[in-house]
Amino acid sequence: MSNIAITDAGPSTSAKPFLTRLAGGFVSRLVIIVPYLWLLFFFFIPFIIVFKISLSQSAIAMPPYTPVLDFRDGISGFFSGFRELSFDNYVWLTQDALYFKAYVTSVIIAAISTVLTLLVGFPIAYGMARAPATIRPTLLMLVILPFWTSFLIRVYAWIGILKPEGLLNQLLLSLHIINQPLIILNTYTAIFIGIVYSYLPFMVLPLYSSLEKMDYSLIEAAKDLGCPPTAAFWKITFPLSLPGVIAGCLLVFIPAVGEFVIPDLLGGSQTLMIGKTLWNEFFANRDWPVSSAVAVILLLLLIVPIMLFQQAQARAQEQDK
Amino acid sequence: MKSLGSIRRDFAPWNDPNAKPYIQFENVTKKFGDFTAVNNLSLTIFEREFFALLGASGCGKSTLLRMLAGFEEPTAGRILLDGQDLRGIPPYRRPVNMMFQSYALFPHMSVEKNIAFGLKQEGMPAPDIEKRVAEMLKLVKLEQFAKRKPHQLSGGQRQRVALARSVAKRPKVLLLDEPLGALDKKLREETQFELMDLQQELGLTFVVVTHDQEEAMTTADRIAIVDRGEVMQVATPAEVYEAPSSRFVAHFVGNVNMFEGKVAERAANTTRITGATGAQIVVENSTDTKAGSDIVFAIRPEKIKVTSKKPADAVNALEGEVYDVAYLGDMTVYHIRLDDGQIIRASALNAARVTEDPLTWNDRAWVSFRPDAGVVLTR
Amino acid sequence: MNATWSRFNVTSVVLGFAFLYLPIVLLIVFSFNESKLVTVWGGFSTKWYVSLFHNQGLMDATWVTARVGVISATVATVLGTLAALTLTRYTRFRGRILFSGMVFAPLVMPEVITGLSLLLLFVAIGLDRGFFTVTLAHITLTMCFVAVVVQSRLVSFDRSLEEAAMDLGATPVKTFFQITLPVIAPAIVSGWMLAFTLSLDDLVIASFTSGPGATTLPMKIYSQVRLGVTPEINAACTILIAVVAVGVVIASIANKRREVQRQLDEQAAQRG
Repeated sequence: MSNIAITDAGPSTSAKPFLTRLAGGFVSRLVIIVPYLWLLFFFFIPFIIVFKISLSQSAIAMPPYTPVLDFRDGISGFFSGFRELSFDNYVWLTQDALYFKAYVTSVIIAAISTVLTLLVGFPIAYGMARAPATIRPTLLMLVILPFWTSFLIRVYAWIGILKPEGLLNQLLLSLHIINQPLIILNTYTAIFIGIVYSYLPFMVLPLYSSLEKMDYSLIEAAKDLGCPPTAAFWKITFPLSLPGVIAGCLLVFIPAVGEFVIPDLLGGSQTLMIGKTLWNEFFANRDWPVSSAVAVILLLLLIVPIMLFQQAQARAQEQDK
Repeated sequence: MKSLGSIRRDFAPWNDPNAKPYIQFENVTKKFGDFTAVNNLSLTIFEREFFALLGASGCGKSTLLRMLAGFEEPTAGRILLDGQDLRGIPPYRRPVNMMFQSYALFPHMSVEKNIAFGLKQEGMPAPDIEKRVAEMLKLVKLEQFAKRKPHQLSGGQRQRVALARSVAKRPKVLLLDEPLGALDKKLREETQFELMDLQQELGLTFVVVTHDQEEAMTTADRIAIVDRGEVMQVATPAEVYEAPSSRFVAHFVGNVNMFEGKVAERAANTTRITGATGAQIVVENSTDTKAGSDIVFAIRPEKIKVTSKKPADAVNALEGEVYDVAYLGDMTVYHIRLDDGQIIRASALNAARVTEDPLTWNDRAWVSFRPDAGVVLTR
Repeated sequence: MNATWSRFNVTSVVLGFAFLYLPIVLLIVFSFNESKLVTVWGGFSTKWYVSLFHNQGLMDATWVTARVGVISATVATVLGTLAALTLTRYTRFRGRILFSGMVFAPLVMPEVITGLSLLLLFVAIGLDRGFFTVTLAHITLTMCFVAVVVQSRLVSFDRSLEEAAMDLGATPVKTFFQITLPVIAPAIVSGWMLAFTLSLDDLVIASFTSGPGATTLPMKIYSQVRLGVTPEINAACTILIAVVAVGVVIASIANKRREVQRQLDEQAAQRG
């Protein structure tokens, strides 16, 4: 008789994924649960807390808000807290023209920056994709390298370039292209430059990834059938690169709406963006409930793009398989 | 003594009523959602057999192999190995090893370490592992490649490492998934015989999955023709080729001509068939067919003789015109359009270098064959 | 794509990279500026590098940042790998959509939101802000990036390697550690490096979640930038850039050499 050890690996249904069956419930559950719990506690629950705080009132206390829905006063205290909940902060925000303007401006700035980044990034990605195969890894490394260096540092470097006594003005003045220094720093233009510059790798990489996968013989076939180059681009290249375009745009737009460092360092006090507003509300005014409400509204604004991003990721994962 | 085909087979446990089945598929069904990959399939494999599962892509043969290895569990039915039900036993506890189609060599380990992997898992002491690995390397003639990594080997060498790795543990059963698929023709032929030698030497039971007829015919003791999750016929290569049990099998392996008609007359062993246009042939027939019923006679091209003049003493001789002819070097293939419109494929070995009165396109020709040159099909 | 590199393509790539690297180059150049001004060249000098090492505040911040970076990157790599495994191997479990959302959302979420929410969490559970909270925050953020990197490697991973290992007698756990992990190791290392960089670089989340005694380098640099700059900052930045550049270049070269060696090996094998 052969010596096969019979084990109790549990009911063998084909419905359960293969590894789950074999790995045994315990290991599989551990693999899923550990990151799940971490994210649930450190990512998801905080949002709930933000929402809860946004419903309470600012107070001169540490922490600087009235405790709502706390268990410190027992169960009765918990329920009495409900009565103190109010959407006052939200009402105040929507009535204040400043905040409304900040949201709208942020979305517009982010949208314009995204388009600019696309316009700048596409030729670069395209050029990289058409480069000889031996150079491509080097080019890829060169695109990624700035990303490894500090974001803050690179934005800071632009201050030195864009300010009235800065290097750009020095160059233009010495070449007599202009007579007076251009005021770029502390304007929206500087923000555009800053966002395009900082987020360029985020646009170039997904674009490059899409374009590289494209089979150039499609373009050659089009040319062979009499299609002029520009038409070939719009009819063939661009549609095929669309997944990369969408991914890149979302990767730039969504964080740009809530961007803080760039508007703060390059935009100055004349520019209005919601990331700065939230920061000021929190650190300068110490009004935590209002900051929370600002954050909640910002999140609601971005929910749809974020979900679009998830979908794009899921689709890309399916395609890779 | 007479036997089907041209080789005598001494090893035939399937004909021995006392032989115990080694691997048994009992009414095995496997569904993936709505799709039925294997449909109520039953199969018996004997110890020391070289068994081939032959079929087109998607027919379920790989699924059968994976169920035997333990990577899938049957939705219904059971699989027995040496009398023991394998249900619930994970692949790492079955005395079965598999050689993968893609070889699946561990890229970060050397040839030695790849072969030793399975031995380490079962806790073999290090000196024994060394000895066994050396043995395996000698078996597949890769001794000087021991320290190389898989990417430093050619396709044929990688295949041999995969083979060595899969037999290192001396499994009772070795499963091979399209083992010769990635090799070029010459290498494939060499390796076919090496595989057969290896199997004999080690005394293992081989179950091979392949879509290559030649491979199955050359290497296997018995072949199971699989189509859409069902077994169409299980028999020796000779039986599959010379006595196919159905139209499907007849068409699947090699080339075949089908004569369709009605039974004109039945004698003791033979039947006269009248074709649609009245042409008559006499065939050997042991099935029970009534006069007037439909009947199909299947005959292989090489059993048909092509001549320019009517052969004198042929029982079956039909006239026609050379529709197409192809000279392949070792043989010549004729397509003859008979006067009743049917096109017959016939082939002849070029046993002589020079032919008298060779045929060419549009020549009149005669095809002739013996009554026992084909089989009557009932399915 | 084939390699017909037109003039337009070359120009766009060259201009693009020039745009990308110009500020960095200027930063490095002016770190050697004799003058205190950031925009007027006063001669070559390394004095800012010297004063940098005497700047206790910056040195402390660097040490904090390094520790936070290493610890958070390591934990994030483990968690991110687990998350990647979950996403690719387990296709049906309760709450999968929520999990998937939680893994991908931080990639694009504005940092002000993440920072604020984490701070409020720490306050709610009564955790004092400092080294520990910054590290926790960074782990949460960077593990998602690690997950994406490892996941894309896992998706293209050849499962038959795992099946072969199990067929030869290895349990699933052993298979993971002896076969899967070594093969996807480069992706895991990339993930670690990515997590480390993100931690090193982060200003907003660190500002929200850090506390006294745990000032990170970006926080320090930011505060000095607001007050008024000396090229000491340039010097610090240059060193940072140099360290990273050297690391990336070494990794690149090592990778390339391995590729070339691999190709040579394969060619040699073909010849038998």
